[in-house]
Amino acid sequence: MLANSRRSRWGLRGFVLGYLALLLLIPLGMIFFRAFQHIGPAFESLTSADALHAFYLTILVAAIAVPLNTIFGVGCALLLVRTNFRGKTLINAIIDLPFAISPVVIGLALLLVYSRTGWFGPWLDANGFQVAFAVPGIVLATIFVTLPFVVREVVPVLHEIGDEQEQAARTLGANWWQTFWRITLPAIRWGVSYGVVIATARALGEFGAVAVISGRISGQTQTATIWIQQAFQNFDQSGAYLGAVVLALLAVSILVAMNVFKRKEAT
Amino acid sequence: MSIIVENASKRFGDFQAVDDVSLTVPDGSLTALLGPSGSGKSTLLRIIAGLESPDSGRIMIQGNDTTNVPAQKRNVGFVFQHYAAFKHMTVHNNVAFGLKIRKRDKAEIDRRVNELLALVHLDGLAQRYPSQLSGGQRQRMALARALAVEPKVLLLDEPFGALDAQVRKELRAWLRRLHDEVHVTTIFVTHDQEEAMEVAEQIVVMNVGKVEQTGPPRELYENPKSEFVMGFVGSVNRLGSLFVRPHDVEILQNPERGADEAMIEHLVHLGFEVRVELVLAEGESLWAQITQAEAEQLELEKGQIVYVRPSRAKVFDRNGRPTTEELQAA
Repeated sequence: MLANSRRSRWGLRGFVLGYLALLLLIPLGMIFFRAFQHIGPAFESLTSADALHAFYLTILVAAIAVPLNTIFGVGCALLLVRTNFRGKTLINAIIDLPFAISPVVIGLALLLVYSRTGWFGPWLDANGFQVAFAVPGIVLATIFVTLPFVVREVVPVLHEIGDEQEQAARTLGANWWQTFWRITLPAIRWGVSYGVVIATARALGEFGAVAVISGRISGQTQTATIWIQQAFQNFDQSGAYLGAVVLALLAVSILVAMNVFKRKEAT
Repeated sequence: MSIIVENASKRFGDFQAVDDVSLTVPDGSLTALLGPSGSGKSTLLRIIAGLESPDSGRIMIQGNDTTNVPAQKRNVGFVFQHYAAFKHMTVHNNVAFGLKIRKRDKAEIDRRVNELLALVHLDGLAQRYPSQLSGGQRQRMALARALAVEPKVLLLDEPFGALDAQVRKELRAWLRRLHDEVHVTTIFVTHDQEEAMEVAEQIVVMNVGKVEQTGPPRELYENPKSEFVMGFVGSVNRLGSLFVRPHDVEILQNPERGADEAMIEHLVHLGFEVRVELVLAEGESLWAQITQAEAEQLELEKGQIVYVRPSRAKVFDRNGRPTTEELQAA
């Protein structure tokens, strides 16, 4: 009986590891291997003005979209958990939309609204403000796809800590703002950090929505993922591989940060 | 008069939590709100604190109408059943919280916090975090935190409910002594009649959102104004229309006038006290509380036939109000 369960446990472990190796580790390892096979030309390609701009743009977009979604996410989570109002279920469902809808569809939808022939496009254009095929469009798309992460991380933490600490702070004379800064935010900080980390990882890796709305103008609206894809298509394979490695390393370092937060949360 | 509640009502959906309650709590007193769960006692306490707003009625604290004053401006100390400790702050910072909000200077805050920690016997633990304290210590920290801002009234919501029996006993006695020292008007909520009787000077018995009776512990025990109070404050047997305290059940060896035949179903020895569980001939059961000496003298045994009669009983009318003050057996 015991031996049997041990065998099945090893069998399960082997299966999981094999599955992960086949689908994740081997392909990722191949990219590393290929990138360093022709490191000279790859490095040259990756330090070209267009490539540097693409990485700069990716980081810039994440640096705008993630803080905005963090503020929105914490506020929205407070609204959903701490208040009761009509339409709460609706808001709850809307927040999950970006999980459900394909990023390409999101990109197309944004294009319909903001392009020169879209709803707001002509008005925005007349006022000298370009959204589609420009950085604001990329930021919008990124905000859209990373919208749920902070909310979904903070909501369960708010439920778990309950509102007694906040009530205690109020009876001790703290107003709403003081209670938020001194009690609520410190109590949910690991949840927020965790949400920020996954939102950042997702923002750095976003392709579909950005590919549609950005217009992929190299040196202008090309993000890192788009640059990699185009390098690959232009037979600059080693450049594409090295770009992929850099993006993967960024994501991996964020994953490491996430695990640190997870551990802190557990203590 | 320190706290006055006038005709307060509060509904949650279909549930009438507090139903037209009026209440006066004298200055400097220690009052218990006693009742079963769902009787509205906690809701009433939260209304006084400003954590809930009443649907109707008024709250006066030291002569000021505070009905529409938000909780953070009422200057009440509130202690929660599950402590509501600020988990990310040290004990010192927990206690200092209200003073920091009031922007007192640092030296004064330190002095006051040390004073309070000494008062609640937590000196030396100032740099600990709540997770490093026992339940009893956390609750004492919560009390110090509530007292730090020198509240006009101190409100405690089942303060010992989450603690084990031994610690609960200690803290009860300690709370009474503390009240003698600081003299702040205090209301605490409890569902434990023993706790209410042991700690409070005045008890307010609540049931289904209404106040059943208010009075000192002894008054409630001796002169319950309703069936509910008699049953909730102290134990009671029901014999037809009679309500009899277990210590008012007389056990006799031989039949006498007014005594009914009964069989001893169980004898429970609780040290000094012996609980005799009896079944009457008609199948009704009741229990008598006697001393060990009495039990030995009567040579009681399980299965034995004895005769019982109430030495004192109460009768309540159809509305649950007492009709006969006392019924003395012949």
